[in-house]
Amino acid sequence: MSRSRSNRLRHQARREWSAYAFLSPGLILFTVFTLFALAFSFYLSFHSWSIIEPYKPFVGFQNYRDAFVDPDLGQAVINTAYFTVASIPLTMASGLLIALMLNARIWGRSIFRAIFYLPVITPIVVSSIVWKFIYSGDYGILNYYLERLRLIDQSINWLSDPNLAMPAVIIMAVWNNLGFAMVIYLAGLQSIPQHYYEAARVDGANSRQQLTRITIPLLAPSTLFLLVTSVIGSFQVFTQIFIMTNGGPIGRTNTIVYFIYQAAFQFFKMGYASALSVLLMLMLGVFTILQLRFYRTDTGGNG
Amino acid sequence: MALTRPRPVVAARPGTPSAHRRHKRVTPQQVILLVVRYLILLAGAIICIVPFFWMVSASFQHEGDIFSWPIQWIPRNPTLGNYRSFFGTGGHIGTWLANTTLVAVVTTVAQLFLDSLMAYAFAKRRFPGRKWIFGLFLATLLVPGQMTIIPNYLILKHIPFAGGNDALGQGGHGWLDSYAGLIVPAVVSAFGIFLIRQYMLSIPDELLDAARVEGASEFRIFWSIVMPLCKPVLAASAIFTFGYFWNDFYWPLIVMSSPEHYTLSLGLALFIGAHKTAWTLLMAGSVIATIPVLIVFLIFQRYFVSGIAMTGIK
Repeated sequence: MSRSRSNRLRHQARREWSAYAFLSPGLILFTVFTLFALAFSFYLSFHSWSIIEPYKPFVGFQNYRDAFVDPDLGQAVINTAYFTVASIPLTMASGLLIALMLNARIWGRSIFRAIFYLPVITPIVVSSIVWKFIYSGDYGILNYYLERLRLIDQSINWLSDPNLAMPAVIIMAVWNNLGFAMVIYLAGLQSIPQHYYEAARVDGANSRQQLTRITIPLLAPSTLFLLVTSVIGSFQVFTQIFIMTNGGPIGRTNTIVYFIYQAAFQFFKMGYASALSVLLMLMLGVFTILQLRFYRTDTGGNG
Repeated sequence: MALTRPRPVVAARPGTPSAHRRHKRVTPQQVILLVVRYLILLAGAIICIVPFFWMVSASFQHEGDIFSWPIQWIPRNPTLGNYRSFFGTGGHIGTWLANTTLVAVVTTVAQLFLDSLMAYAFAKRRFPGRKWIFGLFLATLLVPGQMTIIPNYLILKHIPFAGGNDALGQGGHGWLDSYAGLIVPAVVSAFGIFLIRQYMLSIPDELLDAARVEGASEFRIFWSIVMPLCKPVLAASAIFTFGYFWNDFYWPLIVMSSPEHYTLSLGLALFIGAHKTAWTLLMAGSVIATIPVLIVFLIFQRYFVSGIAMTGIK
């Protein structure tokens, strides 16, 4: 009896040991490049840390204090907020509109769907390059058509006009993300039971009432999901800025992540940049927690 | 309550084909709605597709022609010269294409394998510390990727014995400007582990116990029983992971420094600065960078949509 028990334990121990063997390769990488990296990031944020300087003194909260009085960072935060507040509602509203129109059984539905989704799958570098040309001042196709339609009479330098650069970036972002919003809304629309509409029609609800009383309220989970993921995405916008404007003109399209990139890899102020990353993480924390809720409830139910 | 003017309730919603097929009377209002619907869809579709059309068109034009007004949507003197000079001498695009493929394939395969191994341990094994370790992984889902970029840059720079470094990681450039630097930090994904684990939970334990009784090793069970059953979730993760690393820009921008090590995205982006923006060349490069993604998209279109649905919305 006791022998078989100890046998079983030994057996179990061997099996447990193999579980650790399954975990260890990934766990080692995870420990180094995620856990240690995170701790290191906090450590860096309390130091004046430059790659070129051998002396890397502890400075306490100095980097954080600097952040709060840095006017360029202030501008970057405002720019990021501007980008977020303008691009997200536009993207979601147009995504919803397209999804509603494509939800009915109409001709060419799958072709339209693929076309609207095309910008989402295109490498962001490619989209940024093409849009940079579209916006180009002397020979861009946007100016060409605006002039032909007599909407403007002089070429506009979209990306180097301080007031127009951010709107231009925003329009490109809406173009880029509309397909994603559409797909999420389509998925949401398909989960609404048809008999809700039948019942509403029997009760004499017109199509606008059906939209505002049934469709939009029942799409709330999709809307919230899009809102959360888009805010997280917006706060980390980088590639378009890098390629189209380099944060200019006069810092008007400089975003938080582009600012951090410059601080770390152009001015080599790793400590300051790390402090900014920590602040960014805190800002995004709320939204990420919200996002996690979705993974828990929905994907959990899937498994 | 007179919320609305009482009016006959239309049986079919505007735009549904049944309204036409059954030859019910179609009101003018419905026709207008249908026309408006198509006009909006068409306008949207044109806006979405015009940049691509221009990209392809410009890639076949001579440098001077793309600046000529009126715009040539169909190139008057089409040329393959842009493609030729990209692949020919001086151009790196062949190398960039190969690099990107290498990085995306290796990262995807390695990530799926390591994530699955760990997912299996978390889903199907009982061992001390399981909850604790899994919780740690889940907690890092909260952290934006931005947080680890700066420290990881420094970690890569100081990998011991790599890139001219000594045992203390000093003196050289470590894994910076190397494929190892690009790939290794990226091969474990907490989200991938989580996703695959959720899927593995649905595999009945009896199946695995039966195999254990037969004397199969844990790895054998994992590899020959569990992995084949996980094909759908592996396919979805593979598409996402591959797409992500094919397009990734920030991390290669920071890690890589010699042009022959660039990935496609990085090469194209830095091409702008290096040359006096050779637009036609850039457009050719952009077409080349887009085609593989497009093919993958067309093949896996169904998975794309259901894959998105899987990530949290139903």
